[in-house]
Amino acid sequence: MKSGSRVFGFMSTYPRLSQLITVMMFLGAWEIVARFFVDKMFLSPPSRVYSEIDRVLNTKGLLQALSLTLYELTVAFAIAVAIGMAIGLSVGLNAFARRCFMPIILLLYGIPQIVILPLFILGLGIGPPSKIAFGVTHGIFPIILAIVAGVQNLKPVLLTSARSMGAKRWHIMRYVVLPHMMPSFFSGLRLGMTGVLLGVLLAELYVSTAGIGYFTGLFTQNFDPTRLLGLISLLAAMAIVLNEFMRTVERRLSRWRGND
Amino acid sequence: MSGPVKSAPIADEHERRVTRLVQIGFVAALGALWYLATNVWGMSPILLPKPQGAFNELLDILRSGEFWPDLFLTLAELAGAFAISMTLGLGIGFLVSLSPVYVRIFEPLLAGVYAVPIILFLPLYVLFFGLGASSKIALGATISFYPIVLNTIAGFTSIDKLYVTSAKSMGASPTVLLRYVLIPGALPIILSGLRMGFTVALLSIIGSETIASLAGLGHRIVNLAESLEIARMFAYIVFVIAIAATLNGIVSRLEASRGMDK
Repeated sequence: MKSGSRVFGFMSTYPRLSQLITVMMFLGAWEIVARFFVDKMFLSPPSRVYSEIDRVLNTKGLLQALSLTLYELTVAFAIAVAIGMAIGLSVGLNAFARRCFMPIILLLYGIPQIVILPLFILGLGIGPPSKIAFGVTHGIFPIILAIVAGVQNLKPVLLTSARSMGAKRWHIMRYVVLPHMMPSFFSGLRLGMTGVLLGVLLAELYVSTAGIGYFTGLFTQNFDPTRLLGLISLLAAMAIVLNEFMRTVERRLSRWRGND
Repeated sequence: MSGPVKSAPIADEHERRVTRLVQIGFVAALGALWYLATNVWGMSPILLPKPQGAFNELLDILRSGEFWPDLFLTLAELAGAFAISMTLGLGIGFLVSLSPVYVRIFEPLLAGVYAVPIILFLPLYVLFFGLGASSKIALGATISFYPIVLNTIAGFTSIDKLYVTSAKSMGASPTVLLRYVLIPGALPIILSGLRMGFTVALLSIIGSETIASLAGLGHRIVNLAESLEIARMFAYIVFVIAIAATLNGIVSRLEASRGMDK
């Protein structure tokens, strides 16, 4: 009882340190399990994954695979943002179009897209185009929804007063609509990035000849958990960095609104 | 002032009809485009089958009942994955929510892991558990665990402290507090977490069946794609989408009905 309350006291005084200790305990448990209880064909201790991360990077073709995947992500994200913005603005700015097409967009968004992945491969081959296309279809819907939501929240007063002061269509767009939808636009970008990442990774894992999917398959078939875990850690780190980057941009660009 | 209010329903009715018409027209145009592309313009049947062909295949699948083993397996995997993630998510979420100190420590850790695309663990799970059902259950359970645990924490911590304090001051025992204050107060948010968990579990199970498996609905679609039976594959895609939409509809209905009687 007494030691329990002491632990609790420590946790409330040093929350950051307690987080660190939790992570260390998790890694320690993993280390012990991997070292003494599990066949090393299936699981590697974290110390070994860490010390042999250079062996992952030195695998022939792996760096090219990483950069190819990054390239697929970038292109898919750019296309998803461009098309998503075009559709989002044209559907969102017009109440009639919104009523007609939002149900259709939501219906399409609800489809489990993974079932049409084989179609993408049949249509576009097993190279980067199919991965890019699959990333686009995953990333585009959150972007459309965020833009429609951002435009929809626009107060009619702002539009009316801008118009009454003689603002042209372009001016309203540039000085009223665009700044207003920034926060939801950026949260849409972040969700779109998550979607693109998911789509590209799914397509990569499904079939790949040169991207990271090829190497995860290779390491799995060779029963090489050290390199597999190393590669997965690298990709997870990449995902976290991308996510944090988008969150920082989001915070920066919506700071002017203050907290309303 | 009463004029516009009275005429509003009529205008709405008219608008709704026009909206419906545009929607039906849009879908019909897509269907017509599909028919023309395959029947008239001679698009390759490997990329796009004829609509009537896919429809006949769908009828054949439904009539022969050959989908039952795959459907059963996929649903069993879903049930297993959801049972695991629900138990762990609700349990761990409740334990974490017991003190604001735990919430401050563990909630950011859980949310941080949630930012990683968990589909990356699939090769690892295939290595651990093989190509059978257990790797799908593991992946589905991992992916659906996060929305459930995060919403359980959010649900229990969203309860107004005033309710808890007043229930305690009126002499409520811990079980009474849990039964009449904490659970009813947290239920709407927890239920939406369970719904999100269910949806992603279904997605990830069909997804992992597509990527690496021996049987199941996702596996069937890939099999047909590889043997270039495209019309039948389209029929299966429609079938799986219908199943997924039905399941998600049922879960959303459940969520809405339980959230209401709060």
